[in-house]
Amino acid sequence: MPKSIERQLHLIDFTVGSILRRKGKNGALLFVYALVVFILASVLFFTRSLRNEAASVLANSPEIIVQRTLTGRCQFIPIGYADSLRTIRGVLSIKPRLWGYYYDGGFGANYTIMVPLDDTMKQGTIAIGSAIAKLRKSLLGDIIPFTGYDGNAQTFTVAKIIDHESALVSADLILMSEMDYRAMSGVPSGFATDLVLTVRNPREYATIAEKITRVLPDTRPIVKSEILRTYDAVFSWRAGIVLLLFAGTVLSFFIFSFDKATGLSAEERKEIGILKAIGWETSDVLAMKFWEGLAISLMAFCLGVLFGYVHVFFGAGFLFAPVLKGWSTLYPSFSLTPNINAGDMLALFFLSVVPYTIATIAPAWRIATIDPDSVMRS
Amino acid sequence: MRLSTLFIGINAALVAAAFSLVVHAHVCTKNASLADARTAELVRDYGLTDLAVFTEANYTRHPTMTDLNTPFQDSPMSLEHFPSGSLLQPPSHVVEPYAKKY
Amino acid sequence: MIKIQNVSKVFNAGRPNEFTALSTVSLGISLQDVTVFKGPSGSGKTTLLSLIGCMARPTSGRIFIDNREITSLPERFLTEIRRTTFGFIFQRFNLLAGFTALENVMAPAMPTGEKYSSLRKRSLDILGMLDLDHKADSKSEWLSGGEAQRVAIARSLINNPSIIIADEPTAHLDAKLSAEFLAIMEILKKEGKTLVIASHDPLICDSPIASRIIEIRNGEIADNSAQP
Repeated sequence: MPKSIERQLHLIDFTVGSILRRKGKNGALLFVYALVVFILASVLFFTRSLRNEAASVLANSPEIIVQRTLTGRCQFIPIGYADSLRTIRGVLSIKPRLWGYYYDGGFGANYTIMVPLDDTMKQGTIAIGSAIAKLRKSLLGDIIPFTGYDGNAQTFTVAKIIDHESALVSADLILMSEMDYRAMSGVPSGFATDLVLTVRNPREYATIAEKITRVLPDTRPIVKSEILRTYDAVFSWRAGIVLLLFAGTVLSFFIFSFDKATGLSAEERKEIGILKAIGWETSDVLAMKFWEGLAISLMAFCLGVLFGYVHVFFGAGFLFAPVLKGWSTLYPSFSLTPNINAGDMLALFFLSVVPYTIATIAPAWRIATIDPDSVMRS
Repeated sequence: MRLSTLFIGINAALVAAAFSLVVHAHVCTKNASLADARTAELVRDYGLTDLAVFTEANYTRHPTMTDLNTPFQDSPMSLEHFPSGSLLQPPSHVVEPYAKKY
Repeated sequence: MIKIQNVSKVFNAGRPNEFTALSTVSLGISLQDVTVFKGPSGSGKTTLLSLIGCMARPTSGRIFIDNREITSLPERFLTEIRRTTFGFIFQRFNLLAGFTALENVMAPAMPTGEKYSSLRKRSLDILGMLDLDHKADSKSEWLSGGEAQRVAIARSLINNPSIIIADEPTAHLDAKLSAEFLAIMEILKKEGKTLVIASHDPLICDSPIASRIIEIRNGEIADNSAQP
């Protein structure tokens, strides 16, 4: 083994011995450091996975949705508006979409009731989302009552429970036939909640949207790219809690590094003095300090990332549940697809390992360059 | 055992474990594409536009479909009083068209 | 031969607490002899030792070791010379706290990149020579005064130096341990090592192994000392 490697191994022996000498303090430091990395890694994994999932799944969303607004609020849209829309060049098809909300006081839950685009549900039956089935402990064949808009009770049989693999989009959905929905919700025939358009050329979304507002001034078109953009911003680091978390993490790392950089304890100074006196060069002392910084930060980084990954992809990010769930009673199980983004990990690495390692070397620099005879006179 | 051997051993194991995550993620992504495809079909058949993540109120449920006044319901400065408001800002397509005017 | 020519050492030059530790000291130290610097504390003995041992540079003057001038060498070469030529025994031993006796002995040789197994064996051999191999894995804080002294001596020998420098080695030892120390020094002298010891302990100054006694007072050599 070449001398240079053997020299580093000796220095590592010494460094690890030094670290183990203060097991408690260094253990606590490692723990807190790893915890900070864990939280940040968890957030990075979770948000990136969720955004990826949203992007891939919502890629199939309707291309253009046309809503009607009066007094700044959403209103039913006359299905007859489709005729005006058909005149716009580039529009392939127009379908009415019927959906709305239903608050179930008994369970404190908000359902989203929808009629599938091609009205595929059999009358008298409903399909329910996995979170609803879990909340109500419903099984296939169960009968669920609803109170209609007119106060009359309506009952439906559960014909299908939507697979929990699609829970991210369907957890709180109830699907029923158009006739049933109109009877229950009171949406008059000839009206729909909104209209869904398919378009020949996706690059014309903006042009067509503009034409729609000109042809029908009381409408508001929402385009697929806007839908995707909304979910790209979910949990973005620029928003609310995530921003706070990031700021807190950056601050933590700076505090760790600052604590290290503001100087060595008297014990450490004496140790370096002795080492210089017995023949260690400045470069040897600095190399040792480098290993010390690297040892703690590399271990903390690896542990934090490992536990973060397990937490998010095996534990469904359970620590985030209270934050995400808020006051909802219907909550999808986050079985996200594991995903590691090199950019995220690299950023995390440079945020955690590099500053701390540098901060460990910095104060030693001054001490390491003083004359070794200082230890003789002390 | 020499301390440096222990040190290198532990760190090598940790780094290896970290890399195994990359492999795991890669494998899972391949396997998950089927489930994702099925979900995407659902989205197409039902005409869905939003994730069912913020189900606490009817006006947090579909962020992409929000009216302009929804984020500012109680007053212009109170953006949200639901926890989800701190996770998701009012979508740009709701706010921007009006912001541009002024 | 170690030649010291007109060496002065001033601390905190230009500041109100300026202090001249040594002023124009000239002398020669023969190799393979035992030279003792005698004088009260504050006389400059420690400073002189640190200059000879390449631990500090003189403010003015030159020092030669075997006709090679060391005062103008850059730090890296100075450290190299210090490591290979000199072994130090400090007044308060200055063992590395929290490390075992063996690790303390190995420490000076760690930066040389010597193979671990051979370094460990050599260290154990030296400890054995000083009857300390049974204490090799004891932490330095748990060693008795005599054991710590011997570990300090063992540490100074690990790099096979030709010159041993000891600063007031018996200052904190009782008569018995001081005698033990002298016995070890005698063995080293017989092996052909040069010993430079600073001490005002009569036990050392009056010892038969001391070939030459140089008196230092107020940073200068007293009149009745030998010439270079």
